[in-house]
Amino acid sequence: MQAFEVVSPGGFTTVQDKGRFGFQQMGVPICGVLDTFAADMANRLVGNDDSLAVLEITVTGPSLRFFAPLEIAVTGAEMDMTLNGRPMAQWRSMRVGPDDVLTLSQVRSGCRAYLAVSGGIDVPRVMGSFSTYVGGGLGGYQGRPLKIGDILDAREVPLLTRDLAMPENMIPEYPSHVVLRVVPGPQNDYFDPKMTALFTSQYMVTPKADRMGYRLMGEKIPIRPGMPKSIVSEPSMPGGIQIPADEQPIILLVEQTVGGYAKIATVISTDIPKLAQTTPGDTLSFEGIDLAAAHRIYHEARRKQADIRLD
Amino acid sequence: MTTQIFDRPVCRLAGDTGFLAEFGEGIDPQVNARVRAVARALEADPVPGIREVIPTYRSLLFIYDPAVTHPDRLFEVMETLDIDRAAMDDQAVRVVEIPVCYGGEFGPDIDTVGQHASLSRQEVIQIHSAPEYLIYMVGFTPGFAFLGGLDDRLVTPRLKTPRTRVPRGSVGIANNQTGMYPITSPGGWQVIGRTPLNLFAPDRENPFLYRAGDKIRFVPISLAEYDRLAGKEGG
Repeated sequence: MQAFEVVSPGGFTTVQDKGRFGFQQMGVPICGVLDTFAADMANRLVGNDDSLAVLEITVTGPSLRFFAPLEIAVTGAEMDMTLNGRPMAQWRSMRVGPDDVLTLSQVRSGCRAYLAVSGGIDVPRVMGSFSTYVGGGLGGYQGRPLKIGDILDAREVPLLTRDLAMPENMIPEYPSHVVLRVVPGPQNDYFDPKMTALFTSQYMVTPKADRMGYRLMGEKIPIRPGMPKSIVSEPSMPGGIQIPADEQPIILLVEQTVGGYAKIATVISTDIPKLAQTTPGDTLSFEGIDLAAAHRIYHEARRKQADIRLD
Repeated sequence: MTTQIFDRPVCRLAGDTGFLAEFGEGIDPQVNARVRAVARALEADPVPGIREVIPTYRSLLFIYDPAVTHPDRLFEVMETLDIDRAAMDDQAVRVVEIPVCYGGEFGPDIDTVGQHASLSRQEVIQIHSAPEYLIYMVGFTPGFAFLGGLDDRLVTPRLKTPRTRVPRGSVGIANNQTGMYPITSPGGWQVIGRTPLNLFAPDRENPFLYRAGDKIRFVPISLAEYDRLAGKEGG
């Protein structure tokens, strides 16, 4: 079923799901939504299973004209949003119908917004996932960001019988300074054991920040004397903080598969959404925790998310 | 580079959902064989909660769900494997033949590679297509194979200025490495030829023609043969 036409695509809007697993050993990155929390909630607000495909919208929002009655919800970065010119709220479901036009504008806070439609965005599953891998030109909608005139489909499903909304106190804020928790490693032995620079100074997000990685600027993080300047190439994990030759950290994200530089620490999975909502000029600081603490945080975050009651 | 096989795999944490098990130091076929043996054993008998097992030159990256499993559990499983035996059993490698049309518009840098070592075009082709190259790992872009075994005479530095667009199927050399571009991408390799095969076809039942541990042999073909095979591949 045709769901909507793209009137204007916004800055960088792609179809994503939870990612493409099982092919990183063949050089295909995981991809998928960067802010998993906001994307999950968008799906839940329209009555979807959270494995369905959503739009990931970056910095500047799109304008969409709908073809059919649908339930939609927008979460994540705060953007002014209108339906046929009338201001609408994020983090709640709304019913749209034929010829309704939804317009999202520039972000007010955060970086990435998520739009879910009832039934989920219907694109072919490529290698097990709906996610767009722009670098490889595959998945999502024709393997690329949306363009003017694209027509996207949704699966036809029964619509919600009542509106759903996220409890106010559960809507995240997206401040311009965030603290990210990290587990030291995989190559923390290449650096000063106390990781002084990483843990005591602040790093600024540079304009080179995308789904492949976030380049940061701040106090240099030198490799310890006597240690090699690079490592034998190895696969990377989202959140890995790689230190290249200029000694300025890069946080690797979901469109990266292999790297040859040492990684001092890895941002925990629970905090990747916070990072994904920062924009160039925002500042980050890092707090080291051990694996047991990181797993406690992981379990607690999952429990909290599962406990959210939408009404 | 010095190489060494570790008695027991060394664990390196990669956040709360990943870790690396390192089997040795450096780039070495024996270390790599152990990596693959463990990867294949875990593929044949998967451990619940493991989302990806990614073999590399000398280590395995595990991506796991902490709600289901823990790195300690994986190390227990690895303890039960007879890695030496498995690595021995893994000797029956597959050799994948990749037809390559060398030189001409497909291989604009073949003479640069030749001049670098005072070799004729024919000698470059003959030397490049002689060995069986081991695929140490696949990554960077879909289907990009990190190959070992390039003849020292063909070692050539990267281009000073990388090309913004290297067509898919291009075969090139960069320093002591040789490889193929499965997708069109920017790149700084000295391009010496092109294969008509679709090295990465996401819609094909098996999108890839080879995997880590296989060997690659390049087979020189004529332009006419290239066109015939390219037609069969559907462009």
